[in-house]
Amino acid sequence: NVDKNKLVEYFRAQIREDPDVASAVAAIRSLLEFLKRDQSETILGLRENQTKAIQRLEETDSSVAVSSGGELFLRFISLTSLEHPDLSQCKNVMIERGELFLKKISLSRGKVGKLCHTFIKDGAKILTHSSSRVVLKVLENAAADNKRFTVYVTESQPDSAGKLMAQKLHNLNIPVTVVLDAAVGYIMEKVDLVIVGAEGVVESGGVINKIGTYQMAVCSKAHNKPFYVVAESFKFVRLYPLNQQDVPDRFKYKADILKTVKDLNQEHPMIDYTPPSLITLLFTDLGVLTPSAVSDELIKLYL
Amino acid sequence: MADSVGRQVDSINHATGKINRLKLFKRKELTKEEKQRLRKEKKQHKKNKKDDRGPPEKEKEKEKASVPAPSKPATQSPAHKAAPVPVNASASESPVAAEKPAKSKAELRAERRARQDSERASKQGKKEGGQQSTSSKPKATPNELQPVVKRLPDHVQVDDPVALKKLAKKLERQQVRQINIVMLCLLSDCCPLTDDGFIQVFSEITLHIPVTVIHPSIVRLGLQYSQGIIAGSNARSVALLHAFKQVIQDYSTPPNEELSRDLVNKLSPYISFLSQCRPLSASMGNAIKYIKKEISNIPSQCKEEEAKRILQECIDSYINEKIILASEAISKYAIEKISDGDVILVYGCSSLVNHILCEAFEKQRKFRVIVVDSRPRLEGREALRRLVKKGIRCTYVLISALSYILPEVSKVFLGAHALLANGYVMSRVGTSQIALVAKAYNVPVLVCCETYKFCERVQTDSFVSNELDDPDDLIVTRNGKTHLENWQTVKSLGLLNLVYDVTPPDFVDLVITDLGMIPCTSVPVVLRVKNVDQ
Repeated sequence: NVDKNKLVEYFRAQIREDPDVASAVAAIRSLLEFLKRDQSETILGLRENQTKAIQRLEETDSSVAVSSGGELFLRFISLTSLEHPDLSQCKNVMIERGELFLKKISLSRGKVGKLCHTFIKDGAKILTHSSSRVVLKVLENAAADNKRFTVYVTESQPDSAGKLMAQKLHNLNIPVTVVLDAAVGYIMEKVDLVIVGAEGVVESGGVINKIGTYQMAVCSKAHNKPFYVVAESFKFVRLYPLNQQDVPDRFKYKADILKTVKDLNQEHPMIDYTPPSLITLLFTDLGVLTPSAVSDELIKLYL
Repeated sequence: MADSVGRQVDSINHATGKINRLKLFKRKELTKEEKQRLRKEKKQHKKNKKDDRGPPEKEKEKEKASVPAPSKPATQSPAHKAAPVPVNASASESPVAAEKPAKSKAELRAERRARQDSERASKQGKKEGGQQSTSSKPKATPNELQPVVKRLPDHVQVDDPVALKKLAKKLERQQVRQINIVMLCLLSDCCPLTDDGFIQVFSEITLHIPVTVIHPSIVRLGLQYSQGIIAGSNARSVALLHAFKQVIQDYSTPPNEELSRDLVNKLSPYISFLSQCRPLSASMGNAIKYIKKEISNIPSQCKEEEAKRILQECIDSYINEKIILASEAISKYAIEKISDGDVILVYGCSSLVNHILCEAFEKQRKFRVIVVDSRPRLEGREALRRLVKKGIRCTYVLISALSYILPEVSKVFLGAHALLANGYVMSRVGTSQIALVAKAYNVPVLVCCETYKFCERVQTDSFVSNELDDPDDLIVTRNGKTHLENWQTVKSLGLLNLVYDVTPPDFVDLVITDLGMIPCTSVPVVLRVKNVDQ
């Protein structure tokens, strides 16, 4: 248990030091560090400790990305021949794979940014939701490409993350306007395209994102505006929600609320599920995918 | 479907075409009238879609008038459907010979046929005069027909005499004796056989070559299929595999032959026989492919006993893995999707869905079930019986009440007969209707299907290839009145009893397979992965 607390400390430290890092990347770094310090004598023991560590991290930060990133990390490092008789050798192999995985996913945001910014035309008006670091990267790349565009950001209550996003965009000299969450329908006729990030991409090709995304998707469908989602590949998760109710509770609410509050009916969920029928395209580091191709990629990743 | 009807009718009338060819010398004048007639033809062919039994019955009608027909007992539907086959050739002459105004349809078709032939001739640029090409055309066109027929391998067009002749030749080659269906009726000593439109093909043919007898377990299986005793794709596949096990058990390699090659050849006539009794399902097709592969993979130095043992084991493991264990895996995934307080709608009787619901009930999930049923098969009653026996709370409705109860439903569970490569779900007729209405009410639709039912066919509508069931099943007696009793006498009426339909992937939210939960569009991915494995 002492180890677990140290793990959580390490995780929190990572996020503090580098606020720009994705929470899943920070989690994976912590897991790798945990693996290096692990004293288990068997491979099974190593794996079990990793699984427990992932669970502990999920308790700290209940986002979908931590869960999916952790599982993918575990699969990646153990899906190799661990036939060496010496445990330390096996462990070294696993650590090497872990480093490789980490390097790959650190680059993924850049890849997504490069892919997506070409879809932003000169003079475009973009609508985005809440604060997403990937979307920020995309807009950064587009601005660097000398494209002129304006951005509308929703306030995204209850944590007003949208205002943070507006501030960051302002620093990049991109004209930005903050709109109310309720004004999405009003503003939709003015915009040309909608770009949002994702906390998790599910098997059906739908996405789980900050609450309010589903509304935006329905509105953009009604107005026939393209709805783009940008997400790194480690956010692909093996869930298959049929509707909003089907998303597990452990993702819907923040970690501390799950622990303290008894009646979840009184709480507001922090995320919602957008079905694949409302999404035009997904931009990932694996390429530009249609929602139906996500399942294909998932089968390749997980099976 | 319209096209195929047109083609089959055209082939029946190709003999009449000869006679009507004389009208061809007015080819240029026909062009304007051609267009008018083309439009009329299109409308008629659209009607003919429903008129599926119309033409053969019509021929029989005329044949009754002109040629003494064999007496047909009213209930012996297979017998009187066997009649058109030998009589077809002569029947095709009678409409033209009669030259009645009632046969204007046939006349129009014959003229359209003549037009087509003339257009082909002019395109090929072989002959100049239409009259001169008449003799070569009837021969040319059956050949052109044959490639078309080949594209639909096992789904023979019902009344096409050219295809029938081809089929007869094929069976002759395979030394299968075609069994007269009347004989089978006497053997079965009970209700007339379920006629699914393909039994029409049977007629007595005396062969001059020694005939190999079909293995008795295969004969029994064929009878059970055609009578509907064994129904449902899982049950049929398992029965087939058990019968093949028996066949392999009783098989002995002839001298100077290799087991791996000879056994496969032995199985082919059995498979033809079975597909005559009832068209093979996709699951049966995949099972047969697997068996053939396993047989041909037997090493040649293997002793016969050893080889038989290996094959028996293969079949057992196939049944175990692909059917029994798969259903366990599917139930595990499906139970995650069933939450307390759910109202689940099921349609018809799917062994897999029933299994899932029984398992979920045992795992203490609180839910209730609405069973939707439809005529004429009324399979929902069997499902209802099984669920109520377990103690699950059930409601029973007919499919006409669907939009009434759907607002109450939280999930729809459907079984599948096959999953096609373009994501379409082929299942019992009525399934696509349920999926459509559920989509309109925003109720999630879950299809449960094992991976061995995935097939590489592509189909976008329910008409292009389907199985036909006995139209007499649609007749019902209520309050002492049987309205459709003499439907055959009414010329403009045809009864259509389809067995399957296809559901587009947009209406299906989730497919639960033994590999996990996938969207409907990922079926080709699974097929690809499976092919890589093999």
